[in-house]
Amino acid sequence: MKIDKINKDLQALYSTNIKDINDYSSPIINKYRESAFKEFKKAGVPTKYNEDYKYTDLIPTFEKDYNVTFKPIDVQIKTENLFKCDVVRLDADVTLLSRGRYIEEQKIKEFPKGVIIASFNEASKKYPEIFEKHYAKYGNTKNNSLYALNTALAQDGIFIYFPKNSYTEKPLQIINLLVDEKGFFYNTRNLIVIEENAQANIIFCDDSLSTGEFLGNTATEIYVGKNAKLNFYKIQNEHNESNNISSTYIYQDKDSVFHAGVYSLLGGLIRNNFDINLAEEGCESDLFGLSLIDKKQHTANFVHVNHSKSHCNSNQLFKTILDDKATGAFSGKVYVAKDAQQTNANQTNRNILLTDDAKMSTKPQLIIYADDVKCSHGATVGQLDEDAMFYMRARGIRKKEAKMLLMYAFANECISAVKIDALRENIQDLAQRRLNGELSLCRNCSARVVNA
Amino acid sequence: MKEEDKIIQEVTENEYKYGFTSDFNNEDLGKGINENIVRLISAKKGEPEWLLEYRLKAFRYWEEQKMKNWAHLNIPDINYQDIIYYSEPKPKKKLESMDEVDPELRETFEKLGIPLDEQKILSGVAVDAVIDSVSVKTTFREKLAELGVIFCSFSEAVKDYPDLVKKYLGSVVPYNDNYFSALNSAVFSDGSFVYIPKGVRSPMELSSYFRINAENTGQFERTLIVADEASYVSYLEGCTAPQRDENQLHAAVVEIYIHTDAEVKYSTVQNWYPGNKEGKGGIFNFVTKRGICHGENSKLSWTQVETGSAITWKYPSTILKGDNSTAEFFSVAVTNNHQQADTGTKMIHLGKNTKSTIISKGISAGKSNNSYRGLVKVGKKAENARNFSQCDSLLMGSECGAHTYPYIEIDNNSAIAEHEATTSKISEDQIFYCNQRGIPTDDAIGLIVNGYAKEVLNKLPMEFAVEAQKLLQISLEGSVG
Repeated sequence: MKIDKINKDLQALYSTNIKDINDYSSPIINKYRESAFKEFKKAGVPTKYNEDYKYTDLIPTFEKDYNVTFKPIDVQIKTENLFKCDVVRLDADVTLLSRGRYIEEQKIKEFPKGVIIASFNEASKKYPEIFEKHYAKYGNTKNNSLYALNTALAQDGIFIYFPKNSYTEKPLQIINLLVDEKGFFYNTRNLIVIEENAQANIIFCDDSLSTGEFLGNTATEIYVGKNAKLNFYKIQNEHNESNNISSTYIYQDKDSVFHAGVYSLLGGLIRNNFDINLAEEGCESDLFGLSLIDKKQHTANFVHVNHSKSHCNSNQLFKTILDDKATGAFSGKVYVAKDAQQTNANQTNRNILLTDDAKMSTKPQLIIYADDVKCSHGATVGQLDEDAMFYMRARGIRKKEAKMLLMYAFANECISAVKIDALRENIQDLAQRRLNGELSLCRNCSARVVNA
Repeated sequence: MKEEDKIIQEVTENEYKYGFTSDFNNEDLGKGINENIVRLISAKKGEPEWLLEYRLKAFRYWEEQKMKNWAHLNIPDINYQDIIYYSEPKPKKKLESMDEVDPELRETFEKLGIPLDEQKILSGVAVDAVIDSVSVKTTFREKLAELGVIFCSFSEAVKDYPDLVKKYLGSVVPYNDNYFSALNSAVFSDGSFVYIPKGVRSPMELSSYFRINAENTGQFERTLIVADEASYVSYLEGCTAPQRDENQLHAAVVEIYIHTDAEVKYSTVQNWYPGNKEGKGGIFNFVTKRGICHGENSKLSWTQVETGSAITWKYPSTILKGDNSTAEFFSVAVTNNHQQADTGTKMIHLGKNTKSTIISKGISAGKSNNSYRGLVKVGKKAENARNFSQCDSLLMGSECGAHTYPYIEIDNNSAIAEHEATTSKISEDQIFYCNQRGIPTDDAIGLIVNGYAKEVLNKLPMEFAVEAQKLLQISLEGSVG
């Protein structure tokens, strides 16, 4: 069996490299490796027999040979080249990662009000008390074996810290670039801590500048403290040979607000797991997702919202447009615990199939144990509204254009939720070009033409 | 006594009202299951070789399988060796008229209020009653036979129409479909068989009545309905069981095969014993029901009212193979006390222009858990397939759970699938409105719930609709949210 070989190889990867892995990380990270690895060993890479991965076949992705290194890498990226491509350009404080590793010279960047952006690895040495409190506290190695694998292997990533009452003038943009002609398997680990009353705007961009085969297994833990506010956006714009699996765990304290958008424009296999725990009363959580996919791409968004306490609101809106032979999956799970009275939860998933070969599977689930709640979910799979098409054609708009307009309007509902103006315009532009089929052709350089 | 008072009185009897046992002289094969028992059942029924082979194949498959626990149910371990797989009321001889029926049995029927006696025959329902495992009496056979409609017990069908049975048995639910269908295929004892010939509209509603009576027995009945071209039949199914402390197993298989232009309407009012208030006893209702709309323009409509059983695991499904075929699923599932239900439907669209509608209403009260689990699958060739699903849940009380697991898998770009669901509780405004007009809270709840479920209840045939409405009220008695 293929899966047995994959699991054996990954286990061997851990056992043969454990010395390197530990040597280049701090003890506070290392102490979780053994037990996480045990959990991974038990469960292995999830297969289609795992209910959560029924629609996402990971075997072809994991089967390929990737390069792996657990030693620090030295990558030079000329920043003047960076924004030539489609990397979202904003008036933001940019931090670069390559293959999930922090590559800036300044390992720890301090901003006014005590805000910190740093290499995950360096920060774990410098701020052990924060890591002790938050690291590996929100994720679950028992039901997510890929998160367990990440915990066992990860060495670096990004660390963001907003102390009490802090904020930054500009949004923080983190760009993870894939620059390597050879393929790579990387495990990125991020930790974001937003303390009481702080306000943060964070943008994660996954971009690729070269065309090797990549497999990223990212884990992010986010703590949103009392009355804190976090706007979190994720733009996935890689190439068709890159595979991106991410597990994001969000823990929300009392009266906190989490507002997130995930925009998947290009990529081979994209799998986003979100696990939101509304742990205290009065939390608010909004999650928007848009996937525009074609060729043989696959995107899967799995969102699990856990209403543990009363008076929380959660809202999810996920949309997908699938072209060619693309496949998509959505699974939402709203869990309302017995004590979570006065809960408002809503999840919506809308999908458009443009060809007969595209396939969409959706599973919006509600699991409710409290009686004084308002929960609803809706899912549709269909095609562009014929009446609307006719209306436009009758007014002399060409078919292609009418189609574009409708698709754009469909997508825009998710994009307009972005609260940072420049970013919203940027994503709108990207989406429009994506729908026109122009995104695989970069305006300024020829890096993507290869994949077109 | 006025009609309303009577209903109110009935409503206040919130104990399970069908909980009597009948003192038949039952004959059984003893507890346990093995290849020998399977052979014995087959021999006892004088079955042909091919059917025995079928049973053995199913048994060997079942033996290798383990019970899967993907459903949102907490199923205690079932000791399959502690169940009597075959039990029949004695004496068994060919019955010609009602007078020959065991008086005890007749009394049972009277208590159940099922129309077996002359007077009730006027109500025009043909009944096939299955007690424990054996079909005891099928009424109206001759009249139906004039039209060529075959309505008889399964074992008679095996004897009299072996070709038909052989052709359709397992054609919709193969023996290896799931754990319980395999078990049923191995040990099924009896059930009903319906065949509607070409162009015939069944003049009356056909009905089967299932009752588990003897202790420790499992009921494994098998229903096979075949609707030939351009025919129509409406089939009703009702179930009750006595009150017992132990759990009893009911694992039935229903197969419906529908040819071109034919239509079948299948209605169930399931009221197996749900166990007592502490959750002790009750029936495990693990049923596989599936129909295939094989021909063009065929139609299958499922309606179910599920109020009984300690655990319900049931997904009446439709395979829409013929072009332009239609399927409907209307369901009300009520759980109270410690009941658990994981029920829903599967609509598998294979043909062009196929349509399906799902309306599911779940009501949970007490400490119960009620889940809707449904699949809408549109195949690659199912052009213009259309689905609409709506599943609502109503919660009464803060200790119950209501869950929805819809699966939507679309493989065709001309398909449209919609799913909607809401979960809410009975609003205090509504109850207040009723109270203000002098309606006590309990009745108000009954009223509101019936209104909520009306969409489904309206689909039931007359006789059942009345019974179902009362059942809803009984089941929810004393469960003010």
